Amino acid sequence: MKEIVVISGKGGTGKTSISASFSLLGGEEVITADCDVDAADLHLLLAPDFAHAEDFHSGLLARIDPARCDECGICAEVCRFDAVHMVDGHHHIRELDCEGCGYCARVCPQRAILLQERRVGQWYRSRLRTGGTMVHARLDIGAENSGKLVAKVKQEAREAAREQGREWILVDGAPGIGCPVMSSLSGADAVVFVTEPTVSGFHDLRRVHDLVRRFDMTTACIVNKADLNPEMTRHVHAFLQEAGIRHLADLPYDEAFTEAMVEGCTVVEKQGSPLARALEESWTRLRTLLETERTGDHP
Amino acid sequence: MRVAIASGKGGTGKTTVSVNLADLLAQHRPVVLADLDVEEPNSGLFIQAGTVHQEAVHRMVPSWEADQCTFCGVCQEVCQFNALIETGSEVMVFRELCHSCYACSELCPVEALPMTPMKIGDLSHRRTGALDLVQGCLDIGQEQAVPLIARTLDYLGERFSRDTLILCDAPPGTACPMIEAVKDADFVLLVTEPTPFGLHDLKLAVETVRGLGRPCAVVINRHGLGNADVEAYCRQEGIPVAARLPHSREAARCYARGERIHPHVPEVAAQLEMVAEFIQRIEQEGAA
Repeated sequence: MKEIVVISGKGGTGKTSISASFSLLGGEEVITADCDVDAADLHLLLAPDFAHAEDFHSGLLARIDPARCDECGICAEVCRFDAVHMVDGHHHIRELDCEGCGYCARVCPQRAILLQERRVGQWYRSRLRTGGTMVHARLDIGAENSGKLVAKVKQEAREAAREQGREWILVDGAPGIGCPVMSSLSGADAVVFVTEPTVSGFHDLRRVHDLVRRFDMTTACIVNKADLNPEMTRHVHAFLQEAGIRHLADLPYDEAFTEAMVEGCTVVEKQGSPLARALEESWTRLRTLLETERTGDHP
Repeated sequence: MRVAIASGKGGTGKTTVSVNLADLLAQHRPVVLADLDVEEPNSGLFIQAGTVHQEAVHRMVPSWEADQCTFCGVCQEVCQFNALIETGSEVMVFRELCHSCYACSELCPVEALPMTPMKIGDLSHRRTGALDLVQGCLDIGQEQAVPLIARTLDYLGERFSRDTLILCDAPPGTACPMIEAVKDADFVLLVTEPTPFGLHDLKLAVETVRGLGRPCAVVINRHGLGNADVEAYCRQEGIPVAARLPHSREAARCYARGERIHPHVPEVAAQLEMVAEFIQRIEQEGAA
């Protein structure tokens, strides 16, 4: 089983559009996982059927039982997150600020604080129009994106791959450099960076690459909107070579991505577009790269 | 007044709006731009400014004092984040998992777990003309952005009065880093693009901002691209559209080169002026 993660550091580089294209090209052989659980958009292009949905709980939430509370205020004293507030003369825990550490519950002399499991989102197992399976999720608003929901999505995707005897897992990774992206990368075989030749895009590529270097995996890159700034594109190319990242393709700045999005489909479904051809080639090269590595033929 | 500039989706132009708007406003009045997108702080790439202040930001985590420890196991029992493991001969502290709640440290009967600082990132404050730029930057490998955002906000509170205009470039998404950056803002500007991704993530952002009880308006970036669904949504929800920045390759090229857009693309500059006026109107209404 091979797991490929598509990431970008910076938002808006085309990560999700490219992930969706790869998912479509991979068809039913590929298990697709959307690990961008905070701003999950992959479903807008792939139209999964949300056939199976489950709540996901992670961490704890403290709640004060007003019947037992004698308003001594010890909970407010120990809370480092300013989660205990006075509401109408009573101590009350603001859900948004509670970190779920349980310190207050442990020291409450009246044992008036209960710790409950916290729902942080939902995850889904769906069928796609390709016949393939997609595992995806939606983080609840304001929830902590600790990477646990991301880990759950990946675990379920691997489970689905085992059940169905599939060789490939394609992951739309999380943005940034924090816990969700680390969870997205954990245990993967390859990462595809999607970048753009902008000062911010290049800056974020280098930052996220610094993180990826800590994991042992094959690295490849697609430069989207390459014609926007040819000079910067050359700098990106030089960086890829220096860092030992396989350069898969340069894609033009093309509104076909947006047009496909408006139609709710992927750009590879638009016949005859040069973008579609470049993405097909990228997907083939990526698979070949991983297949040759598996058999040890890789130079 | 503190204005948060946020967006559900990444890459919609949050930083572009923040930087160009701050630059425009600074031509007439003092303004602070705070980059709270600490995982990928990019505002500073567009602004050359001299350093006013720089500091390393830490958060407190326990460190184990072997001599004191009696291996009672309380620390491991109280930690909800599995950041401590007591093996019988050692207490291992996994600092990245620690949420700095102090429970293990303060409940340890023999004070064997004093809290010590761990560096998580840097805060910098720079200035050019009437524009102050305050930026948090998370160290690579650090998983939690919120403590650094909180410190950056505290710094703003220490350094600037409440009537200073502060524009906060917020992290994307609707999870806790975005909430931290937005929850105490006086007003929220949501930057979106007129595409299905933009609309989908805008709806989540609106729900979040309304949940926090913050007033908001929308700035549509790359207007002319995609479709009219974002406009229709804003109308239906009664959310004001403060401006529509036209879709322009020239603007994209300026951005790519790390240049400010308003001096080069007059159509964009005109719309940014509208955002500036919008903000100043809210400011006056707030003061009245």
